[in-house]
Amino acid sequence: MSEKFDVIVVGAGPAGTACAYTCAKNGLKVLQIERGEYPGSKNVMGGVLYRKQTEEIIPEFWKEAPLERPIIEQRFWMMDKESTVSFGYKGLEWGVEPYNNFTVLRAHFDQWFAKKGVEEGVLLINETVVTECIVEDGKVIGVRTDRPDGEIFADVVVLADGVNSLLAKQLGFHNELKPDQVALTAMEVINLPKDKINDRFNLQENQGCTIEIFGDSTKGNLGTAFIYTNKESINIGVGTTLSSMIKAKMKPYDLLDYLKTHPMVAPLLAGGESAEYLAHLIPEGGFHAVPKVAGNGVVVIGDAAQLVNAIHREGSNMAMASGKMAAEAVIQAKERNDYSESSLNSYREALYASFIMKDLEKYKDAAHLFENSPQYFKEYVPMLNQAMSKFFTVDGTPKKEKQKQIIKGFTSEKGTFGVMKDLYRAWKAVK
Amino acid sequence: MEEYQGVWVFIEQSEGEIAGVSLELLGAGRQLADKLEVSLAGVLLGDNVRELSTQVIGHGADIVYMIDDPVLKYYRTESYMKGVNYLAQKYKPEIFLYGATPNGKDLASAVATDLSTGLTADTTMLDVDVEKRLLEASRPAFGGNIMATILCKKNRPQMATVRPKVIKALPFDGVRMGEVVDETIDLREEDMRTKVLEIVKDVTKTASLADAHVIVCGGKGMGDLEGFKLIHELADTIGASVGGTRDVIEAGWLPHELQIGQTGETVTPKIYFAIGLSGAIQHVVGMKNSELIIAINKDPNSPIFEAATYGIVGDAFEVVPKLIEQFKQIRVKQGGEVSYV
Amino acid sequence: MHIVVCVKQVPDTKIIKINPKTNTLDRRSAPAILNPYDAHAVQEAVRLKSILGTGKISVLSMGPPQATEVIKKCIEIGADEGYLISDRAFAGADTLATSYALSKALEKIASVEPIDLVICGKHAIDGDTGQVGPGIARRLDIPPVTNVIEVSEINSNDRTILVKRKLSNGYELVRVNMPCLLTVEKEINKIEYSPLPNMLKAARYKSNIWSVSDLGEVNIAQLGLKGSPTVVGKMFTPPKLEGGKVLEGTSDEQVSQLMDVLLEQKELLNVK
Ligand SMILES: Cc1cc2nc3c(=O)[nH]c(=O)nc-3n(C[C@H](O)[C@H](O)[C@H](O)COP(=O)(O)OP(=O)(O)OC[C@H]3O[C@@H](n4cnc5c(N)ncnc54)[C@H](O)[C@@H]3O)c2cc1C
Ligand SMILES: Cc1cc2nc3c(=O)[nH]c(=O)nc-3n(C[C@H](O)[C@H](O)[C@H](O)COP(=O)(O)OP(=O)(O)OC[C@H]3O[C@@H](n4cnc5c(N)ncnc54)[C@H](O)[C@@H]3O)c2cc1C
Ligand SMILES: Nc1ncnc2c1ncn2[C@@H]1O[C@H](COP(=O)(O)O)[C@@H](O)[C@H]1O
Repeated sequence: MSEKFDVIVVGAGPAGTACAYTCAKNGLKVLQIERGEYPGSKNVMGGVLYRKQTEEIIPEFWKEAPLERPIIEQRFWMMDKESTVSFGYKGLEWGVEPYNNFTVLRAHFDQWFAKKGVEEGVLLINETVVTECIVEDGKVIGVRTDRPDGEIFADVVVLADGVNSLLAKQLGFHNELKPDQVALTAMEVINLPKDKINDRFNLQENQGCTIEIFGDSTKGNLGTAFIYTNKESINIGVGTTLSSMIKAKMKPYDLLDYLKTHPMVAPLLAGGESAEYLAHLIPEGGFHAVPKVAGNGVVVIGDAAQLVNAIHREGSNMAMASGKMAAEAVIQAKERNDYSESSLNSYREALYASFIMKDLEKYKDAAHLFENSPQYFKEYVPMLNQAMSKFFTVDGTPKKEKQKQIIKGFTSEKGTFGVMKDLYRAWKAVK
Repeated sequence: MEEYQGVWVFIEQSEGEIAGVSLELLGAGRQLADKLEVSLAGVLLGDNVRELSTQVIGHGADIVYMIDDPVLKYYRTESYMKGVNYLAQKYKPEIFLYGATPNGKDLASAVATDLSTGLTADTTMLDVDVEKRLLEASRPAFGGNIMATILCKKNRPQMATVRPKVIKALPFDGVRMGEVVDETIDLREEDMRTKVLEIVKDVTKTASLADAHVIVCGGKGMGDLEGFKLIHELADTIGASVGGTRDVIEAGWLPHELQIGQTGETVTPKIYFAIGLSGAIQHVVGMKNSELIIAINKDPNSPIFEAATYGIVGDAFEVVPKLIEQFKQIRVKQGGEVSYV
Repeated sequence: MHIVVCVKQVPDTKIIKINPKTNTLDRRSAPAILNPYDAHAVQEAVRLKSILGTGKISVLSMGPPQATEVIKKCIEIGADEGYLISDRAFAGADTLATSYALSKALEKIASVEPIDLVICGKHAIDGDTGQVGPGIARRLDIPPVTNVIEVSEINSNDRTILVKRKLSNGYELVRVNMPCLLTVEKEINKIEYSPLPNMLKAARYKSNIWSVSDLGEVNIAQLGLKGSPTVVGKMFTPPKLEGGKVLEGTSDEQVSQLMDVLLEQKELLNVK
């Protein structure tokens, strides 16, 4: 008979490790199983790590974690074919402790984070795939791996296996993801000398910047692109919902190539050397897509529970927070010696009371709206660019006259009412 | 240290046949010895190998140190090491070279340990600093297109193993004269802890690669296993053997005995196609002595073009199919008879 | 039967990236791995132990403290015990000094439990000298058999093993008395997918770590940089080869020029 643990955590991303770490710190016997060669080896993220939720697990983590740069500036681009309208915020207060957010390379961060868990007593094994949960009398009692003699048991199994959680699907917690509930994103890490990055992005030593790009970055499809600065490399990525990809017959890499050669983007990357190419899904179903998150002897956290705020590209923070909440529920369950669904439901309650479900609920209609109303990306972004171009071009036309022309440009095709309606709907969806 | 004098080459033989690399080393050793103004010696061990000394002298040696003993019939570390150690301690060479073959490397490692001296592995270039009497043994270094020269300043003899086929042997000179020094040592079969039961010569793929007249070698640039099929297709079309770079072997597109380069085979075919490979030094040392080298690479700055006789800057997936197409339109029989389809 | 396998931690040269300007290796890009040949050496020990149905497998490594990672990897494959010798005094060792340090550690291991068989990899992929194995054998005065591609028979009664040893143009069949030392080629076996209990054991495993002072009587002058007769004299880019002719024109023109060249050599071709 194989060994038995208090908890088996499947996956060593931010969710799994937050949970494993918290359980081990509270004296539970934890086994964490990761399929990659090491934690982070296969993991993909644009690269913004949020301070708050990380700090709640490891205080002052920035003093030792392998971070790239603290982000002091966030820019947003509404990009057309040969122009872009940009706005943003740069604040030097974000460049000093306690900071706001950081860019990270997941291969480094996840590895470090998992090591912290191991130091607390987590038993971590890599290169091992969990193939299914072992269910007995309606209760999850362990997992089966792809290794010989590969069964192992625990009171609770935590599913932190990422967006496409096969294990949660096997348990019937959620269905196959629908193409409009996931975004397919391709990204590339491009090596560039530190000085070049600092010059091109107007940064100083140990300052980072993020650019979110809408509009032509996705050829007008629902989705976004991003450019984030690391120490000596740049992460650039672009994604749209799977359904838009299918509809527009696009391939993610083609889209990325399009973006990289876009005249607004190319100069930022010039001379860089491609270091890595990655593609990954992001759950974007939002509130409605969150599956059952607790069952008998099992909980689901992070991307596996579809906990991502697509509008704000927040995921790792929700993963960590949900991992911590799940850990607390498991610890209580152990005190009660009751691992039933009703006992573990304290995790569900905590989750729904937290910022995670509140944020997801707030934006629950947004993705849907944008998906069904291509005009936001296809028409309004170019219009905005034309408007700005008109407004700032000095050609002797009085400014007042220009404003008139611009408003006319906006409303002539759809009529004033149509535009107002769209703006109202968008405002309602994200308000 | 001054008592150490002369350049030595270990003469590897199996069943009465001298290994090619030993003759090549006599050529290299001759140059070193002339520069240092000392004699060149071959060290010949075996059973019934007396006759081989003419070949050793004919290829450049002044002296042959020989131990002829039935116990030395097959190469065994324990017996050969004993013999070589005895000779080296008695006659004190300053430089001692071995072929980088399984037996040569094995013997050199054991001898170096006993003599407590330095041994440089797998060298591809040899020279000597005459003033300091230092052997400059160079080999591709770990990391990039760079060579490292390894020196052994304080210990003697200075030893190195040398890759086969990186140096040309001198032509046999039947009138060259030399001295044969016959030595005996106390060897008893019953003391031996190893027994060679049988030697099986097999014409493995390796052997066929080493002997091939035409080789098509593909690199990582072929993309994946599927892309690499193009290499096989070209090779099949013209009746050539297939080889690969280490990256190709590591990726599992070819079995490892088909690796060409420093840690694989050294080859010297008449025609060598280098396709989608960058020409890293570790690769180039294994093929640069091919007669006609044709490189196809899409990067004009790729170092392979420095090694190539003819280069095509272009995409292999465009160029190679065209080449195959051209060949499909003609038939060339072995012997060079051409007919058009 | 006590088998000791010598294993080395090396940078993964297949992922390694070279900085083309400085010609140095980009260390960030090179994760450290168990030397692939040594993995086969451990696997062979596991195979022999399972054939015999009994025995113990120890692994020995010399390297920095992080080298315990490769020892864990060996425990995953099936080793029972691991020893790391790690000390500043070992740093900068060439093969002569390495084989000295390792042989001292082997003597210490053997003083507790006699060793029947030492297995090394054919070579380490970072320097690929293949000199350490035979050097150890010489120092321990046991017979070496290098380039082994098969262990065909292991006879615990008369304490011999029968192995196939790869040669330049074939192989030889060698019977050798134990204790002895083998160095193994990759084709000797296939690395098995380790069972889950091994993974758990490895995750928990704490290697024995020894410094110089733990090795008993050691001649410090024979260790590390001091004990290494070879030094790197200079590094240089290889003399540029002449380089030939880069063919001009469209790809069709290039191909047809190439055909002209090849047809001059037509007697070498055999077009079906
Ligand atoms: C392109 C892109 C950009 C993003 N940008 C950001 C951003 O800037 N900021 C942000 O906060 N979020 C971002 N996200 C989202 C964020 O990456 C995820 O929300 C977060 O990684 C979720 O963490 P997780 O632990 O739930 O899942 P993951 O990080 O996906 O981890 C799951 C782990 O489980 C392992 N695993 C899976 N199946 C098995 C199995 N069967 N057996 C064993 N192990 C298994 C995997 O190997 C993996 O290590 C981005 C996502 C993408 C794709
Ligand atoms: C100790 C040591 C020993 C080594 N021993 C050996 C050895 O014995 N043999 C060996 O080969 N290597 C050896 N190496 C590895 C060597 O350094 C190189 O890494 C290796 O040779 C590179 O293989 P490659 O040329 O196939 O791949 P790459 O260097 O990746 O080159 C691929 C090339 O393909 C080109 N290309 C890509 N796509 C196309 C296309 N569509 N059409 C045309 N061209 C294309 C690219 O421009 C590039 O030049 C050793 C390394 C070390 C450290
Ligand atoms: N530092 C080391 N620690 C343990 N074993 C080693 C070490 N260096 C070399 N070896 C062993 O010797 C073999 C040959 O290494 P090398 O001579 O460096 O090519 C390796 O495959 C190992 O088995």
